[in-house]
Amino acid sequence: MDQFLQLTVTGLTNGAIYALVAVGFVLIYKASDVINFAQGEFLLVGAYVAAFLIGDLGLVWPIGAVLTVIIAAAMGVVIERLVLRPLIGEPIISVIMVTIGLASLLRALVLGIWGTKPKVFPAFFPKNEVYIFNAVVTTEKLGAIAVAGVFLLIFTLFFRYTREGIAMRAVADDQQAALSMGISVKRIFAMAWSISAITAAIAGVVVANTLEVSGNLSAIGLTVFPVVILGGLDSIPGALIGAAIIGLLEAYTGGYVGDGSLSQVIPYIVLVFILMVRPYGLFGKEIIERV
Amino acid sequence: MLVLNNVEVIYDHVILVLKGMSLQVEEGQIVALLGSNGAGKSTTLKAISGLLKPEDGEVTDGEILFQGEPIHVLDAEDIVQRGIFQVMEGRRVFEHLTVEENLHAGAYTRKDRRHIADDIEMVYRYFPRLKERRTQTAGYLSGGEQQMLAIGRSLMARPKLMMLDEPSLGLAPLLVREIFHIVQRINQEQGVTVLLVEQNANIALQIADYAYIMENGRIVLDGDPATLRDNADVREFYLGLTEVGQRKSYRDVKHYKRRKRWLS
Repeated sequence: MDQFLQLTVTGLTNGAIYALVAVGFVLIYKASDVINFAQGEFLLVGAYVAAFLIGDLGLVWPIGAVLTVIIAAAMGVVIERLVLRPLIGEPIISVIMVTIGLASLLRALVLGIWGTKPKVFPAFFPKNEVYIFNAVVTTEKLGAIAVAGVFLLIFTLFFRYTREGIAMRAVADDQQAALSMGISVKRIFAMAWSISAITAAIAGVVVANTLEVSGNLSAIGLTVFPVVILGGLDSIPGALIGAAIIGLLEAYTGGYVGDGSLSQVIPYIVLVFILMVRPYGLFGKEIIERV
Repeated sequence: MLVLNNVEVIYDHVILVLKGMSLQVEEGQIVALLGSNGAGKSTTLKAISGLLKPEDGEVTDGEILFQGEPIHVLDAEDIVQRGIFQVMEGRRVFEHLTVEENLHAGAYTRKDRRHIADDIEMVYRYFPRLKERRTQTAGYLSGGEQQMLAIGRSLMARPKLMMLDEPSLGLAPLLVREIFHIVQRINQEQGVTVLLVEQNANIALQIADYAYIMENGRIVLDGDPATLRDNADVREFYLGLTEVGQRKSYRDVKHYKRRKRWLS
């Protein structure tokens, strides 16, 4: 029973981090129907920039964090401007291919500037252990959950109630109609990319805080992929639930089955089965067809 | 209010669609733009509203003046801010947004955000059926309701000139009448000038103050509805009536076929 509890807690904490990364995917997809394969690299950039500002330059935490967010937002805008704007109106598949190229580019840039040797991330949350019933959690993981929770709530409210949030969903629905409404599609895209880069940077900091800062961080972009597909690419609640499912599955298979190597494959297996039943993911928008 | 002077539009640098199109809309009027498929009606509206660019279209000659200022050089969002709003053909509601969110999207360019709630109520007064469905996903509305939403959404921007592209498309005749009646009320009560593109010449001529008929990218006839209604060509080609005033039967087509005199 204790092991079950421990695995559940571990699964859910990992799930919270997945959810934060997943939201980055969802944001871009919601606004522009593009799957951003460079999301993991956005995260990498965020982690390295934060580690550089706080660890190497010795800035205090709040300032370092705010600067990281600003740099991430700027990166989002620049990428949209230089790489994606010329592709507005082109087939989605071309845009997706470009994000794959962008991923290699960003990765090479980061490793070129800061080297390939892993860095130790300066501790953000104090490292203590907390007991929930009989399961152990570190405070840094709890901090990660709190950060993820706050951001997920903000984004959900943003899309439902704000002018820009509704405009973003409108653009995702029908670009030309949105344009006829006076909504600047370019501005919305720039906004989606920079918000997504900010989320990724925050996720990068949170993840790097529990691990070390190295090029491997970007792999989480791929790990999170089943989460987004499972939850439905354009649903924030979906991302949340998908993240919890995948986090728990990984924890349980890692704890109960074999030597733990199965836990890396299991998310994809479940993904295949769920997609057979619900091709849009659990909460994805269906293509509405009126008869 | 709106003047088009010899406007020429080319798609993809090659295809000439508007060949010297001229037209004039006075403030407070309902002006109908009629014509058959491919005459260039929708292109005319898109040239005015700035929606040609995403389709690789371009105004290459002539000018479009709105309240005396050239607008064919502006982006779509600036044109909406100046008070021109196009209700696109085929309704184009945001399917995954609720009715109310669609209305909010229409109000995107509004500066006086405080009055948006009042205007939503105004839209509901014109279209009570939308109020019943306010929290529903727009994609699941019926065609008529979607057209109402599209028109209501345009009202949210408080336009000076509303351009409707075939609001009757795919709707039952009774519903078409209802929607045209509401358009007329909006024109009178809100003082919104209307430029109406239609294939259904009959109903368009009923509410219009002035009408233009387009063929092959230019205006071939214009006048007030009563004059046009009496024009033999209009009766034959757009209203489907013969000179005697009866519905045309296929039997007669064979031995005598009228030609459009302005072609050739």
